[in-house]
Amino acid sequence: MKADVETNYLTADYRLRSWFLTTDHKRVAVLFFATITLFFFVGGAAATMIRLELATPQADLVRSDIYNRLFTMHGVVMVWFFLIPSIPTTLGNFLVPLMIGARDLAFPRLNLTSWYLFLIGGSVTLYALFVGGVDTGWTFYAPFSTMYSNGHVVLAVLGVFIAGFSSILTGLNFIVTIHRLRAPGLTWYRLPIFIWSLYATSVILVLATPELAITLALVALERITGIGIFNPRLGGDPLLFQHMFWFYSHPAVYIMILPGMGVVSELVTCFSRKNLFGYKFVAWCSIAIAAIGFLVWGHHMFVSGQSPFAGIVFSFMSFVVAVPSAIKVFNWTATLHKGWVSYDAPMLYALAFIGLFTIGGLTGLFLACIAFDVFVTDTYFVIAHFHYIMVGGMVTAYFGGLHYWWPKITGRLYPEYWARAAAILIFFGFNMTFFPQFILGILGMPRRYHVYAPELQVWNVLSSAGASILALAYLLPLFYLGWSLFWGRRASSDPWHATGLEWQTSSPPPKHNFVATPIVERGPYVYTVDGEAVPQNA
Amino acid sequence: MWRNWIPFWEPGVSSYAGDVDLLFAGLLAMSVAVIMLLLVLLAGFAVRYRAGGHADRSHRIRKSWHWEVSWTAATMIGFLGLFAWGASLYLEVYASAPAGLPIYVVAKQWMWKAQHPGGQREINELHVPVNRPVRLIMASQDVIHSFFVPAFRVKHDVVPGRYQDLWFEAEKVGVFQLLCAEFCGTDHSRMSGRIVVLEPAEYEAWLARQDVGGTLAAEGAALFRELGCSGCHFGTSAVRAPPLAGLYGKPVPLAGGGMTIADERYIRDCILNPHAQVPAGYEPLMPSFAGRVSEDELIRLVAYIKSLAAEPRQ
Amino acid sequence: MREAQPSFQYATLVQQEQAAQLGMWTFLATEVLFFGGLILAYCVYRYGYADDFAAAARHTKIVIGTLNTAILLTSSFLVAWAGALVKVGFDRLVAGLLTGAALLGVIFLGLKGYEYREEYREHLVPAVNFAFEAAHARGAELFFMLYFVLTGLHGLHVAIGVVVLLAIAHRARGGAYGRQYHSPVTVAGLYWHFVDLVWIFLFALIYLPGRSSA
Repeated sequence: MKADVETNYLTADYRLRSWFLTTDHKRVAVLFFATITLFFFVGGAAATMIRLELATPQADLVRSDIYNRLFTMHGVVMVWFFLIPSIPTTLGNFLVPLMIGARDLAFPRLNLTSWYLFLIGGSVTLYALFVGGVDTGWTFYAPFSTMYSNGHVVLAVLGVFIAGFSSILTGLNFIVTIHRLRAPGLTWYRLPIFIWSLYATSVILVLATPELAITLALVALERITGIGIFNPRLGGDPLLFQHMFWFYSHPAVYIMILPGMGVVSELVTCFSRKNLFGYKFVAWCSIAIAAIGFLVWGHHMFVSGQSPFAGIVFSFMSFVVAVPSAIKVFNWTATLHKGWVSYDAPMLYALAFIGLFTIGGLTGLFLACIAFDVFVTDTYFVIAHFHYIMVGGMVTAYFGGLHYWWPKITGRLYPEYWARAAAILIFFGFNMTFFPQFILGILGMPRRYHVYAPELQVWNVLSSAGASILALAYLLPLFYLGWSLFWGRRASSDPWHATGLEWQTSSPPPKHNFVATPIVERGPYVYTVDGEAVPQNA
Repeated sequence: MWRNWIPFWEPGVSSYAGDVDLLFAGLLAMSVAVIMLLLVLLAGFAVRYRAGGHADRSHRIRKSWHWEVSWTAATMIGFLGLFAWGASLYLEVYASAPAGLPIYVVAKQWMWKAQHPGGQREINELHVPVNRPVRLIMASQDVIHSFFVPAFRVKHDVVPGRYQDLWFEAEKVGVFQLLCAEFCGTDHSRMSGRIVVLEPAEYEAWLARQDVGGTLAAEGAALFRELGCSGCHFGTSAVRAPPLAGLYGKPVPLAGGGMTIADERYIRDCILNPHAQVPAGYEPLMPSFAGRVSEDELIRLVAYIKSLAAEPRQ
Repeated sequence: MREAQPSFQYATLVQQEQAAQLGMWTFLATEVLFFGGLILAYCVYRYGYADDFAAAARHTKIVIGTLNTAILLTSSFLVAWAGALVKVGFDRLVAGLLTGAALLGVIFLGLKGYEYREEYREHLVPAVNFAFEAAHARGAELFFMLYFVLTGLHGLHVAIGVVVLLAIAHRARGGAYGRQYHSPVTVAGLYWHFVDLVWIFLFALIYLPGRSSA
């Protein structure tokens, strides 16, 4: 079905100020998409330098001061300027109103403000990184960051502080929208799981981010004034910094993964042509992960000197928080059973997510197990663990969602065989990069190491080789997705024959999303036994 | 070459490394089982129920809560088992501290300084006897470092402003790598050293060979007099200060109620922040020596006070 | 009163008002966590430096603090009254009440400024001219640093609230609000009450330690 020539949100207005002053959630999503893609490549460039340097045991590419700034830049940019905003501000902003049958988010102008805050925060941090950088690691541990670092700590944390308000506003917008703007007939248990996971993510965004803001503000204050808030020489406590920092930063990792899990639920149902197994369980597991995720921060501090008994409690809670994630994995797998499975690129990404996230999650259990954590914490084992979750999990889900909703967002179909090739190359490159790092960790290579023992070179070379494949693989979508914008086949409103409300309007959607407000009659993943989709509002 | 590049080719060499390695084996076995099961199921379903295929799709599982409860319960029980295993091993090692050979370690950017009670000093090296518990009392002079000996499967952060306790017992003679595992600045990755484990006789010989100025306690005694501590704590002065003979290891009732044990941490805190934990029955009159003593000097003072055995009152 | 229309994304004014209120409650939740982090740091150090904090707190100006508490409580009462009245008309009275509340906020800030100046004179400003009896200096400096950050942040919130109240008072006077549409007044009121509530916590933590016991 050819798309109509009538206007959609992209063609409604071509003036520059219609973009930079837009309040249309779909345009804000596109603005965010451009910005976070830029940050992804900045962070990726730093990663490239790191892996190049680590191909040899000596420091032969850059000096240690520069190397320390590189891994700090990689962490700061990837965590706060790519992973945390990624799915919520791009796919979330675009799809939340569409999926619930609304015309926009609850507070459209706040949405645009969120983008500008993100831009400002990102600019400040990038400026800090490029006029000399920061060398503290993305975790800014005191007293090194407050008293000893010779980097631009205050500027860097200021940028993150400002970007934090962008996060808070996005989360606030989603919570109010999901509560108040659902279409008639759309009860909570008829919501797509993507919405449930964004809701859980938003609760964390709204509650955890302000705590980070105050922690970073105190770091900046101590650095500027020299008051000993975290400085032991003046009576401060470095461990207080760690508690305050991780109280945010652990829930932050759930901000990063929950939206990805939501995307996977959408992909697995659509490409198995089947209802999600255990919908209610999966929905409530998102909430459980968000809630319990606030109670485990001390597992980053098992060897820090906190009381052993506190350590035991945090270890226990860390095992508990893994249970809802495991339940989701079982439910996704069960969804494929007796379905109609196709292997389109989004599904390849979804399957990759389930496998890679499970490996990441299982190695998380190794780390939750306190006696073993003492051995591998602060080594490459931890780095491998969180890259399996963040890159193997979150980035994979992000790419899966991007491909899945690309026709809806752009009105074009991407070239399927290129997309599948890229997905497979990413999977291969990713494992080659990060699996050797588990081994490096067990062999005792600490993290943030510029030079290392020569006998560890073989695993480092393997990892760096994998990284070069991964880098190429990540560049591929840039080309074929870009190509599709101009020369891709035009998409119909529902190219995947899926059930959600977003597929019941044109691709791309009109400015106010729906010609008439949809009335919802059934749940989000209703398919017949033969795999025919039954849309939510038919 | 102290270590091969194949993981666990070199078994751990401390008294509890074997337990840690066993724990790892258990975790690995469980993980491999789960991931293989998952891969088999995912691949199996994806192929068997592919869109173009003719598999039987009737009799789909309808009520899901049997499955949900089962796999949730199985997961929880499995996880609880792993938690209990790790927790019990951890408590065994870290919630107790056997009386060991005390060695003081000071971490600073970017080196490790070790000081034996007899006054022997080492930089980036630590000589210890085999088959004997060693208790490290660690302090940092500047930022957070972390004392990591992969071969012993042991690690502990060294946080400035406090003492950290870490004990281990090496079971094999040899040289093992010491690494700093908490980012501490420019030369963080070069802050490594060697743990040299010797037979007891060789260890004694090594101790005897070192150029020693004086034992830590003796140097501490000199500092004690230099800094004027003896003015209040010994001898007759107008100021009534708590006696220090036999203090180490004893419980101390505090002025605000409550009790504490006079360990190294307490003694150091009293020197740096005397008003925080005033002993019962005494006025908060002691001046703070914060900024006037380095970590090295604190170690000597602590060693000296530890050495003061209980005497009959003079 | 003009006929108010909901924004295009809302079906009814009621829906819009409910969204605005939920939005403000969510925002206040973030503020709880924001101030909460600081209060946590305060509690940790108060536990660690109990005597120092008590000694330092005795140097705070409890008369001004109490006066400021009364001022904020009164201003909250005026805002609450305005919130009730706006639903039944009384535009000018609503505008007057909101302006009165804003004025009280300005007086609060003025008194706070006077207090800061006195503390500067008494050498109680960390990093600037702090001097305290040696026995309690460490904890006292931490106390005053937390004092300035907590009250400074709170004062910033009061200032923003004053501007918001004045803006809404101006619009109320112009007849923008009535029975059908009054969410800005309700929502601003929520914010102001929260700012007041934070102050009550700060008052207890800052002015009262060390004064109750002998």
